Amino acid sequence: MAISSEKRNLLIGGAIVGVISVALVVLGNPKNMGFCIACFIRDTAGAVGLHRAAVVQYARPEIIGLVLGAFLISLIKGEFKPRGGSSPMIRFALGAFMMVGALTFLGCPLRMIIRLAGGDLNALVGLAGFVCGIGCGCYFLNNGFSLGKSHNQGLGEGVTFPVLQALLLVVLLFVPSILIFSEKGPGSMRSPLFFALAAGLVVGVIAQRIRMCMAGGVRDIILFRDFTLICGPLAIFVTILIGNIAMGSFKLGFAGQPVASPDGVWNFLGMLLCGLCAALLGGCPLRQLILAGEGNTDSAMACLGMLVGAAFAHNWGLASSGDGSTAHGHVAVIFGLIAVVVLAVIQMKRKEA
Amino acid sequence: MVDARGLSCPEPVILTKKALSKKPSKLEVIVDNRAALENVTRYAKAVGYNVVSSDKGDGSYHLDISK
Repeated sequence: MAISSEKRNLLIGGAIVGVISVALVVLGNPKNMGFCIACFIRDTAGAVGLHRAAVVQYARPEIIGLVLGAFLISLIKGEFKPRGGSSPMIRFALGAFMMVGALTFLGCPLRMIIRLAGGDLNALVGLAGFVCGIGCGCYFLNNGFSLGKSHNQGLGEGVTFPVLQALLLVVLLFVPSILIFSEKGPGSMRSPLFFALAAGLVVGVIAQRIRMCMAGGVRDIILFRDFTLICGPLAIFVTILIGNIAMGSFKLGFAGQPVASPDGVWNFLGMLLCGLCAALLGGCPLRQLILAGEGNTDSAMACLGMLVGAAFAHNWGLASSGDGSTAHGHVAVIFGLIAVVVLAVIQMKRKEA
Repeated sequence: MVDARGLSCPEPVILTKKALSKKPSKLEVIVDNRAALENVTRYAKAVGYNVVSSDKGDGSYHLDISK
């Protein structure tokens, strides 16, 4: 059977993202964290002082690059389109809970793939939770869940989020002294600024063109038996797996994995919450950043939700660490699951009367 | 007809799926973003329909889906 051009592009794009992830780790990013949207938004929240966890603070150029890459390519391709107004508050909350779930597991869906490719079996437990979470989200989607229609917005509304990223880049380049940078821990492990920025730009362009989404692949299989979008994550997984084996950094097991919590139950439930939120939002954290770059201010709200969620996760001691998950985190994940399910039920349209 | 303007994926595809589950000989779908256009097209083709899409120039795309 011939492979569709969409699948081929996703396989090639995924492979490039995989190579870039490996390169980022080689050049200094934390292990198994070449490109983690949740971790990097969390680090950025710390850099601007939204939380005071001293080990995870740095304005990650990868995030800035992602948004600006998607912004520029969508402008060039005529796909930049300011729109918004589809339940922004719910999207903010879903973004925040998606982050709480991800930081309980210690990674966004992209890092989950990266951790799996490093042999971290805790990520397999997370993957199970993620798939179940998306399955729950699909149930709500199939039964009329909707966040309502978005509407066209003015140019200013659409460019504000990318411009804010550009401003952060200016601060990072010219007045870094007003930002907070970790001196030890994951936040202190960084690839060179311009390489990280370029990596973000390239991945932003690729992800915008091929609609890469970690959640969409699983969702489309469940909803439509469609295996197109899953090609992206698969290609990332295989590429990084090969890279790790080639460099001798593949280590199969549960114990002693880099920046990973060993609490299986909470890895599962954290990613369950993350997957559920991603399915309801229509995309994983990476996809939300890309859409925000395209002028989608609903996704920008989800991104701000992730930023604030990350700040709360550390201010209130919800986030896990290598030592395991926290009691506060358990409460937050359970509360998040209940809150999101209630929201989803409320947003299910009545059957046409 | 399915008017999925303003909706982001996967909603346009779900609406299309529901409409096509009644086995119509033809269906018109309107979307207003490229991702939705691609996803609806892919789905309709996968379940055995032909798709002809046209760019209406106002940011929306019309898909004529037929057996």
